[in-house]
Amino acid sequence: MKPKGHILLLLIAICVASCNTDSVTIEPEEGYVPTPLTLEVPQLFEERLLPPVIPEDNPMTEEGVALGKKLFFDPALSLDGSQACADCHRPENAFSDPRQFSVGIDGSVGTRNSMPLQNLAFNFTEKFFWDGRAISLEEQIFEPVTNPIEMNNTWPNVENTLQEIEGYPLMFERAFGSSTIDSVNVSKAISQFLRTLISGNAKIDRFLLGQEELSPSEANGLAVFLDEGRGDCFHCHGLPANPLWTDNAFHNNGLDEIITDRGLGGVSGDPREFGLFKSGSLRNIEFTGPYMHDGRFATLEEVIDHYSEGLVFSETIDPLMKKVAEGGVQLSEEDKADLKAFLLTFSDLEFINNPDFQN
Amino acid sequence: MKKIVLTLAIGFAFVACNNDDDTTPTPVVNTDVNFTFTQNWDGADIQNSDYETTEYTNANGEVLTLSKLVYLISDITFTNAAGETFDAGDYNLIDARTGSNASFTPNIEIPEGEYTVSFTYGFDDEDNIDLAYNDLNSSDGSWSVPGPLGGGYHYMRLEGKYVNTADVETAFQFHNVRANRHSSLPPGPTTLVELQDTSIEVNLGTVDITTGTSIEIQMNVAEWFKNPNTWDLNVLFTVLMPNFDAQIMMNENGQNVFSRGAVTVTP
Repeated sequence: MKPKGHILLLLIAICVASCNTDSVTIEPEEGYVPTPLTLEVPQLFEERLLPPVIPEDNPMTEEGVALGKKLFFDPALSLDGSQACADCHRPENAFSDPRQFSVGIDGSVGTRNSMPLQNLAFNFTEKFFWDGRAISLEEQIFEPVTNPIEMNNTWPNVENTLQEIEGYPLMFERAFGSSTIDSVNVSKAISQFLRTLISGNAKIDRFLLGQEELSPSEANGLAVFLDEGRGDCFHCHGLPANPLWTDNAFHNNGLDEIITDRGLGGVSGDPREFGLFKSGSLRNIEFTGPYMHDGRFATLEEVIDHYSEGLVFSETIDPLMKKVAEGGVQLSEEDKADLKAFLLTFSDLEFINNPDFQN
Repeated sequence: MKKIVLTLAIGFAFVACNNDDDTTPTPVVNTDVNFTFTQNWDGADIQNSDYETTEYTNANGEVLTLSKLVYLISDITFTNAAGETFDAGDYNLIDARTGSNASFTPNIEIPEGEYTVSFTYGFDDEDNIDLAYNDLNSSDGSWSVPGPLGGGYHYMRLEGKYVNTADVETAFQFHNVRANRHSSLPPGPTTLVELQDTSIEVNLGTVDITTGTSIEIQMNVAEWFKNPNTWDLNVLFTVLMPNFDAQIMMNENGQNVFSRGAVTVTP
C-alpha cells in the first residue's frame, strides 16, 4: 500500500467511525498484504535450537504484532473494561504476576501462579499452561478472556466491544484483511505479539558466547546445576545446549504427599499424571517469583531448600527427584548460595525493559 | 560419518553396459526400508499402560517399575554380499512410553537384495559431537550431556522406581552416556581425564530387502540388568553418568539387549 493510500483509508475510517458507529465495514484495498515480520532470534537459539514455531495459518506480520500488543494491554477484553492481559502478565516480571494468585475482575482469586511469557515461540511441544491443556498459543489466548475468575467476558461481547472502538477495525483490516472483528483474529494477533517476547541476552548467554566471564560463585553454581549428584537441575531445566532453560515438559517435583491439584493429570485423566506441572524456564527467574505452579515459594532460597531437603514422596513423583526419603540432595550452604548466584545470571534486563514490550 | 551410497544412476549404468546377450536386463529397483522399535521385558511386551504400573523383577531380585525409556540409535547400515555399505548417516530418538518415533525410515534408498543390517545404539565418537544436532538439543529438555562429562549426547534415559533393601520405594536413573572418567568427583570443568566410546554396534543379521520391507528392532529391557553384570540397583541407582565403571558395565550388558524382530513386507 502506498502512503497516500494509508492516509486516505485512515481518514475514511475516522470519518465513518465518527458519523456512524453502528456498521463500520472497511474493505481491504485490493492487492494489500500485511508486512511480513521475521522474528529476531538470538544467536545462541539460532545455533542450537530448532526454528521458532510459527503456524502456517498465522504468519508473523508487523500489523499483526502491533495489533496484538494493543490488545494485550487493553482492558477492553474484560467484561467490565477493568483488566488487561498485562495486569497479570507484567513486563517488569517477565510477564508474570508478583502476586501468588492473580485476581479477576470481580475479585475472584485463582489457584495457580501466573506463568511468565517468554520464548513461547520455542515451546516445541506446544503445550501451554501449567497443566498443558492448550495445544497451541492461539488456543491458549481463548481461555483467560472467558474464564469467570479472570476477565469473565464472552467472545461475542469482546468482538462487539472492539468493533466499536475507534481504530480497531482498521488495525484488524490491516492485519488480517477484514475489519470485521472475530475472536480467532484476536487470538492470532495476541499470539503474534507473544511470539516476539524473546529473552536471549542475559549474562548466561553472554558467557556462553564467550563475551563475559562468570564469577567464581556463579561458575560453581553452574557446576552444581550440571552435577547429577548435587543439583541435577539440567535434566528438567536444560543446559548450555538448550538455552531455553526448560524442557517444557511435566513433572511431579515432590511438593506434596497428597495431590490436590492434579495438573496434567486433571487434563488427561491419567492417574499417572496427577500432580505433574510444566517445568518453568529459569530465564528471568529473578523477576518471576513467587515460584511453583501455586506460587508457594516467595524466594529462590525457598526453592533451592525445597530441592535440597524439602522433597516429599507421592505416587507420581518424578524419578529425577533424588534422595526423597532424606528430603533431597542435601546441598551445602556454599553450594546453595552459588546456585542462587548462578540463577541470577538468567536476568535479561534488555528483555524486561524492551520498549517494544511496554504499553 | 560414513556415507557410501550406490546411486540409482550407477545401477542403470551397469545395466546399460551389459547388453551383450539377448535377455532383457532386469531393472534395478531401489527402495527405502522402514524400522519399528519395540520393547519387552524378557519377552513380555512393554506397552504405554505398563509404565509406572507393571512390576518387573530384575536379575538381582529388585522389584521395579519403569517411568521413562528414551533411547537413541544411529547409522543404520546395509551391507551387501560384495561388502558395499549403504548408510544414510541419520539417527532416531525413540520415546518408548509415548511411542514417539517408534517408526523410522532412514533417508536412503537401496537396491533390492540381501543385506546384513546393522545399526549403532547411541552415537559413536564420530557422530557424538557436542552441540551438533539442533533437534536433539531441543528434545526431551535437552538430549545433550553436560560439558564437564564430556559433552555430546545421551544414549539412553531409563528411569523408574524400585524397592530397595530397606523396603523403601526409591528412584533410579539408568542414564547411559559415553564413559567419562574424572580425577575427582563431583565433576567440574577440570576433572575430566578420559572419555571412552561406549556406543554399541548391533548386527541384526541378514535380511532380504524388497519394496515395502519393515524390520522390527526389539529391546529387551531386562538385559540391561542381567548379563554379564548382574546389576545391583541398591548400589547403582543414581549419579551413573559420571560413573566410568557403571558406563562400561552398561556397555557390556547392552551387547545382547537388541535383536531383530519381525520382518514384514507391505505390498
